[in-house]
Amino acid sequence: MTPIEGFIALYIFMLAAFTGYEIISKVPVILHTPLMSGSNFVHGIVLVGAMVALGHAETPLQMTIGFIGVVLGAGNAVGGYVVTERMLEMFKSSKDGGKA
Amino acid sequence: MNTIVQFSYLIAAALFIIGLKRMSSPKTARQGIIWAGFGMLLATVVSFAYPDMHNFGLILVAIAIGSVLAWWTGKRVAMTDMPQMIALYNGMGGGAAAAIAAVELIKLTTPHDGGVATLGGQAQLDHSMPFEVMVLALLGGLIGAVAFSGSLIAFAKLQGWMTGVIRFGAQRALNGIVFLATLCLGAVMLTQIEFAPGSREIVAAWFPAMLLVWFFVLALLFGVMMTVPIGGADMPVVISLFNALTGLAVGFEGFVLGNAAMMIAGTVVGAAGFLLTQLMAKAMNRSLANVLFSNFGAVGAAAEGEVGGSMKAIEAADVGVMMAYAQKVIVVPGYGMAVAQAQHKIWELSQLLTNNGVKVKFAIHPVAGRMPGHMNVLLAEAGVPYDIISDLDEINEEFAGADVCLIIGANDVVNPDAKNKPESPIYGMPILNAWQAKNVIIIKRGQGRGFSGIENSLFFQDNARMLYGDGQAVAGELIHAVKETLQG
Repeated sequence: MTPIEGFIALYIFMLAAFTGYEIISKVPVILHTPLMSGSNFVHGIVLVGAMVALGHAETPLQMTIGFIGVVLGAGNAVGGYVVTERMLEMFKSSKDGGKA
Repeated sequence: MNTIVQFSYLIAAALFIIGLKRMSSPKTARQGIIWAGFGMLLATVVSFAYPDMHNFGLILVAIAIGSVLAWWTGKRVAMTDMPQMIALYNGMGGGAAAAIAAVELIKLTTPHDGGVATLGGQAQLDHSMPFEVMVLALLGGLIGAVAFSGSLIAFAKLQGWMTGVIRFGAQRALNGIVFLATLCLGAVMLTQIEFAPGSREIVAAWFPAMLLVWFFVLALLFGVMMTVPIGGADMPVVISLFNALTGLAVGFEGFVLGNAAMMIAGTVVGAAGFLLTQLMAKAMNRSLANVLFSNFGAVGAAAEGEVGGSMKAIEAADVGVMMAYAQKVIVVPGYGMAVAQAQHKIWELSQLLTNNGVKVKFAIHPVAGRMPGHMNVLLAEAGVPYDIISDLDEINEEFAGADVCLIIGANDVVNPDAKNKPESPIYGMPILNAWQAKNVIIIKRGQGRGFSGIENSLFFQDNARMLYGDGQAVAGELIHAVKETLQG
């Protein structure tokens, strides 16, 4: 575990929160659904945490919970990607200079 | 090695932010998901090199199971069912965050040297944890568990496995009590710990593991209870909220594990998700509190009142003639069109009309479909170009000049009660002014009400005609009728 000092953590939290807010603030309505799906994919990074939790698990109970965590995390990441990719796939063909 | 791992996490976090930024513009959206995908791949692969890891076999098996299931379901699902799949995958993320919290917190109750951490708990932990990290672990676990069970309920509702809403008298009070009880359990655990002298490092904990079990059980229960009374029409907002909550939970667990990629990605998604939730609620002219706590739909039955006049049916052949000789036709598609898989036929119909000099436009309400933007995705799938699709603000003045307004599978978004009837539960929601068209044709399966269960006074207007039947079949008949008219 890498220790991250309290205040540094707060700074990261604040800056990341502003970043998220800024990214979404000027999005056209047509992209709301794909973007929600995309952000759903991004928090699939929880997979990494679950891997670390399972990788450091010692008792059978910890391993069981960690295992479930990794299954769920992988589902979040892969499912989120497939669904988002399929949705955005359709925006590819619209090259007729239509409105965005 | 650890430096490489941490540095890769940083790169992954940057790729996520770039990816999301690209996804927020239609031109670059497709590359966006690929950028983010690379970030995910990098972070996952590099995590195998995380210090002191074991159980590699288990990890690989778990990843394989989760990935294959999600890949298979994600590829197979129809575009109309996208929203509930997002809910499902989102719930899985929340569950994973809760699982991380559970593992980390259990470590507090099981000392490494095999000693028993019971009352008096003198056993030393090899996993010490600063006090604020334990608070974050509890909070992340709570939020993740709520998002998990809540998302599953949302999925079940949209999938049609769970119909209707369950409401009873003191529901809100009961929900509040369950939530408070969960918080209290967390607070109790925070008192059953021992610090190293002169620091905030927790070196021993003697709360029984059962307390932790009850903490998660109550959190899961709360997620179910808060979602159960919310009607189907409000689900998109709720899913978006759970998406934001999962992000937050992932962020918190990232702080617990000291994982920069999780911290940044989780927090970014949390913040973006809350904003997106508000935008969606605004598109429905409701506040988030209103969505979560008002019993929407239940009011509808009470405040319905009498609607004057009657519904008048019409035949497809007559509508065909009407449209073939029209100057301008506006199509208002709703979720019902997508369910009937009629979008391809409707697009064929509008091409036929356009080729014969009729001006055809599509009017999309911000909440048409199951989510804002969902209808655009469905029309894009059918090949309808963007430039004839207009949103509410652009098209509302044009209805008065339209000869025919063809409403297919939409209901609440064209209900004039939202403008005229203060007692209507959807009063104040911006709607498409479909009633101003010279002729309003409503394609509908039967005489039932819309998703929200509210009667629509538009259907009873003098210029409105009902065209009953399955959306796809009716669209086929209309194509036939228009062709007949033009040839004859």
